Amino acid sequence: MSVKKKFKGLSDKAVGWLFIGPTVLLLLAINIYPLVYAIKMSFTNFYANKIGREPQFVGLKNYIKVLNKEAIWEKMQVTASFMFWTLLLQAIIGLGLALLLNRKFKGNELLTTLIVLPMMLSPAVVGVFWTYLYNPQVGLFNYVVNFFYDLGSFDMIGSSTLAPWAIVIVDTWMWTPFTMLICLAGLRSVPNYLYEAAEVDRASKWQQFIYITLPSVLPFLLLALLFRGIENFKMFDMVVELTSGGPGSATELASINLKREAFEKWKTGYSSAFAVILFVTIFGFGNVYVKVMNKIKER
Amino acid sequence: MILLFVSLFSFSVNSNAKSITLGWAAWDPANALQELTKEFTAETGIEVNFEFVPWPNFADRMLNELNNKGKTFDLLIGDSQWIGAGAVYGHYVKLNDFFDKEGISMSDFSPATVYAYSTWPKGSKNYYALPAMGDALAWAYRKDWFDRPELRSEFKKKHGYDLGVPANWNQLHDMCSFFQGREIDGQKRYGAAINTERGSEGITMGVTAAMYAWGMEYENPNKPYDMEGYFNSPQAVEAVEFYRKLYEDCAPPGHSDAYMVANLDAYKSGQVAFQMNWYAFWPGVSKEDSDGRVSGFFANPKQNVAAATLGGQGISVVKYSDKQDLALEYIKWFARPDVQQKWWDLGGYSCHNDVLNSPSFPTSTVYAQGFLDSMGIVKDFWQEPTFVELMLPMQEAIHDYVVNGKGTAKGALDKIIEEWVEVFEADGKL
Repeated sequence: MSVKKKFKGLSDKAVGWLFIGPTVLLLLAINIYPLVYAIKMSFTNFYANKIGREPQFVGLKNYIKVLNKEAIWEKMQVTASFMFWTLLLQAIIGLGLALLLNRKFKGNELLTTLIVLPMMLSPAVVGVFWTYLYNPQVGLFNYVVNFFYDLGSFDMIGSSTLAPWAIVIVDTWMWTPFTMLICLAGLRSVPNYLYEAAEVDRASKWQQFIYITLPSVLPFLLLALLFRGIENFKMFDMVVELTSGGPGSATELASINLKREAFEKWKTGYSSAFAVILFVTIFGFGNVYVKVMNKIKER
Repeated sequence: MILLFVSLFSFSVNSNAKSITLGWAAWDPANALQELTKEFTAETGIEVNFEFVPWPNFADRMLNELNNKGKTFDLLIGDSQWIGAGAVYGHYVKLNDFFDKEGISMSDFSPATVYAYSTWPKGSKNYYALPAMGDALAWAYRKDWFDRPELRSEFKKKHGYDLGVPANWNQLHDMCSFFQGREIDGQKRYGAAINTERGSEGITMGVTAAMYAWGMEYENPNKPYDMEGYFNSPQAVEAVEFYRKLYEDCAPPGHSDAYMVANLDAYKSGQVAFQMNWYAFWPGVSKEDSDGRVSGFFANPKQNVAAATLGGQGISVVKYSDKQDLALEYIKWFARPDVQQKWWDLGGYSCHNDVLNSPSFPTSTVYAQGFLDSMGIVKDFWQEPTFVELMLPMQEAIHDYVVNGKGTAKGALDKIIEEWVEVFEADGKL
């Protein structure tokens, strides 16, 4: 039975709208409306916990305050550093693992399944159990490090030098499999005849990697990094469970600070402005990145 | 069959109508309250449902509920610092008329607890809660280690005085560092499990125990909200520096984000000689040590003055509840002296004078005298409606200095004042 017959009297366009209508409504209700509302609130001095106090229009005051606050820039710096190192490590290790698993060997499928396991866990759970792994007295991490190189007692999450690395390591452990999977999909889409032709032309393995593998897999890798970048810009649960943003504010990412301003201090107007700034930042970066990615694909 | 269904349905409706929900933190005293409340249900037929939220999420969960005018809770046992917000934003029912009608007198309760848990503005005659759970920050120590002759003589030789309950914070440091890294019964032990938690209120509650003992005041007593020279006084700076020294010299490795449960675990697992914690946990510690050989307890040591960090909560009726009458009935029952005595017997900390002034009270448990001493010297954090906004910068700055080792104590306190001024200005107090 054709769709047209089933929805007798409705045009194809109307049927189309009927299908996408609920999704559009849902999107408007839970994405667009809150976004518009947050933008509106960002121009007020609204405090959600001060019942009965009407919000007053304050113009760009909240935006100026956010952008002039030194502490905000510190959080942005922490976020940028976290993103840079996690993306770099996930790109290198993810690609490396994909190259490894792209070869046929015994136990390949089992190994793939094991490598993929961490990304199936809840970030909050990962945060909690890594606090135990990092425990200087009984943690496995410290034991392993000291097994290879005796550093004595060190506290990964209690030291401002090590704590940023602690969150980078956990995120890399958890999400490298994601980058690996996407890269693996890219590798498997490279036609074999390209390598055969390269062999005929006496290209070395390194040349094959540089001129065939890398260009083929790069768009996939960039896509994976885009997803990871967006996710890590919003990173919250794992870090809160692991370090609570500490010691001091050494691992307080922008998203953690935003949550504290919005739902602990209840500075709704101010935090809305901060949220809009973060949104514009990630949206802007995302767009530029996608354009660059498309150019690379076109090459 | 239909009749049976109808009767079952009507029973269920009735039982729902005669039930209330009480919200509190998930910890030992909450279990004691649940046990105690069975008697209330037996007497009145009113079912009490409990929702206990783990401490790290307690404030978030409850304050969100109140800010959203939620009807989940009819009764709330809220932290002392919430009383300002509860009263000012109209979350709590004012109880004066009810107390007058039912003959409940606030003079029957310990003055410090009435002041801290019930009144807003502070010290006024406006009551928004009944003191429910008295509490203060105190210390437990490994009495069994302290009793060992070889350790006692070694300590005396080193410090010139006896190993025992420390008379001040300097002695506390001497004793904690004495145990730091020491091997006892083949295991490496450490000095003290102190509050260092970053996320909610942990490190603030810990460091203020030292700051109060050094004589810190939040503000000029003659000029409210004037904090310069008070909160960052030389004494306050010294106290914060001392707390960092205590952390560096005496905390077990990895104790960088620890509060109630982590301190308790470190102590129970035999890692540390001392733990800083709330009185609420002492019944649990004491229960596992029936002959009192292992653990001893003492109130916060004095330094320049005798003072302790206030904990504890009052019980309030939520303004948005549809069952305020039933909730008030619970408060009426809970205020009864006989119920308060049972509350103490079960492991809750009654604030009722009949219980506290009873001749048998100081010897009723090994920590009862300490509790009495502490409740006479308690000091609390700001109880302003904006207390969370005041707490967060303190958490960050103190954690940054004590755990992270960044900056100076004076710098941390100055930074906190700067943030607090901003909060008070936004709130129209300055």
